[in-house]
Amino acid sequence: MCPMYSEKVMEHFRNPKNMGEIKDADGVGTVGNPTCGDLMTIYIKVKDDVITDIKFKTFGCAAAIATSSMITEIAKNKTLSEAQKITRDNVAEKLDGLPPIKMHCSNLASDALKAAINDYKKKHK
Amino acid sequence: MKKIYMDYAASTPVDEKVFEEMLPFLKTSYGNPSSIHSLGVEAFDAVEEARERVAKLIHAKDDEIIFTSGGTESDNFAIKGVAYKNKDKRGGKGYNIITSSIEHPAVLETCKHLESQGFKVRYLPVDKYGIVNPDDVKTAISKDTFLVTIMFANNEIGTIEPIEEIGKITKKNDVLFHTDAVQAISTIPIDVKGLNIDLLSISSHKIYGPKGCGALYARKGVKLQPLMHGGGHEGKLRSGTYNTPGIVGLGKACEIVKERISTDAKNLKSLRDSLIKNVLKIEESYLNGHPEKRLANNAHFRFSAIEGESLNLMLDDEGIAGATGSACSSKKLQASHVLIAIGLKPEEAHGSLRLSLGRQSTKEEISIVYEKISKIVEKLRYMSPLWNR
Ligand SMILES: Cc1ncc(COP(=O)(O)O)c(C=O)c1O
Repeated sequence: MCPMYSEKVMEHFRNPKNMGEIKDADGVGTVGNPTCGDLMTIYIKVKDDVITDIKFKTFGCAAAIATSSMITEIAKNKTLSEAQKITRDNVAEKLDGLPPIKMHCSNLASDALKAAINDYKKKHK
Repeated sequence: MKKIYMDYAASTPVDEKVFEEMLPFLKTSYGNPSSIHSLGVEAFDAVEEARERVAKLIHAKDDEIIFTSGGTESDNFAIKGVAYKNKDKRGGKGYNIITSSIEHPAVLETCKHLESQGFKVRYLPVDKYGIVNPDDVKTAISKDTFLVTIMFANNEIGTIEPIEEIGKITKKNDVLFHTDAVQAISTIPIDVKGLNIDLLSISSHKIYGPKGCGALYARKGVKLQPLMHGGGHEGKLRSGTYNTPGIVGLGKACEIVKERISTDAKNLKSLRDSLIKNVLKIEESYLNGHPEKRLANNAHFRFSAIEGESLNLMLDDEGIAGATGSACSSKKLQASHVLIAIGLKPEEAHGSLRLSLGRQSTKEEISIVYEKISKIVEKLRYMSPLWNR
């Protein structure tokens, strides 16, 4: 249907997984810049070094929303060290690819997750 | 699902009568208008009738109409054609060409190209509605200036420019005046002589004609350097075998516009105003462009805290076709130059939506679209970290 995006991207865009906020999150990470048209926040709950819950809020294009949704699916129930290793490419691959032009600007979800993990680590040293 | 098309500013469907008029020239009357046999003469006559119809719409003479491949070529031809005839004016202190910062890329990129060839170009600012100040035109003109090119109405935000005032200034200063009337021609009656317009661009696919065809009006006496060299068509100004079906379609489309321009404008305006009134009920929604000096069929909105590509894709899922000025949907990944020129911040420009209406638009569509937009805006805001309610 959409010539730019894979079916998988459109699926996550239309029905994003784990969208919302975690009020008592253990770690919160925000990346992006509304000036460029993308801003995302990831919230995580952590127990025994495992991500037990994860949610996101995103302002941005379909790619930004789909990558946010996808990373929450990948990272859930992973250990922090596993989750930290998730790359932008991993997310794009799981979505059957992103248009080249969107690979840099809207593929920020893995960075947001890393920021959330760092936030958790800072608070729980 | 019934489709709702609100992107007439991008392109229009071909009118049924236009289609019928074109058909013979695809099937049976396929001769080359330059051939001397009867099939050729038939095609030649059709091209000349089309020329007359285009000329009539803008109160020009037949021999002032040059057929082109569309709005882009007409803009290129007008600006480069005049510039290449005025090469000796390069190198002075003053500006050679005066234009605005909100022109269509067909004008802006042509001007940028000419800058690389040593011409000096002034890109005038616009006010918050997108209106060029005629005094700025006056101030920018010098003895080095040979062309002012300001669009009749903007394709994104629909703002109508003070063409009459600018025409008076260019005439008084003996400078040529080109206007891109691609978006305006179907709803605003234009008299090129009365408005002192020397060159005017028309595109067929924005006025219910076929794609890939257009025209340039060039007042008698205006000297143009051809861009296409070859068989010497159009008085040696634009070579290339005539696109007979396209030209016939454009001619018929112009004739129909002339017949119904005032009723079309009236109907579209009433639909547009009801669309604007409804959509502005949405919290933190704004109208871009001028409330009155705007094209009868253009509505351009901005919603805070959401992004336009997402909004448009969700509208598309509901069968609604619109357009956005968001960077994310453009190939350059930059917010629309028009929205930046009217003073919007990039993050504001990202949340924009253009809905442009046309002859098939209805009242029912307006209410469906309003309801869908409010739901989608709410959904995207719920997702957005910028919306804290
Ligand atoms: C104001 C304006 N000028 C020029 C063009 C280009 O016309 P065409 O698509 O026929 O090349 C368009 C259409 O996109 C337009 O809206």
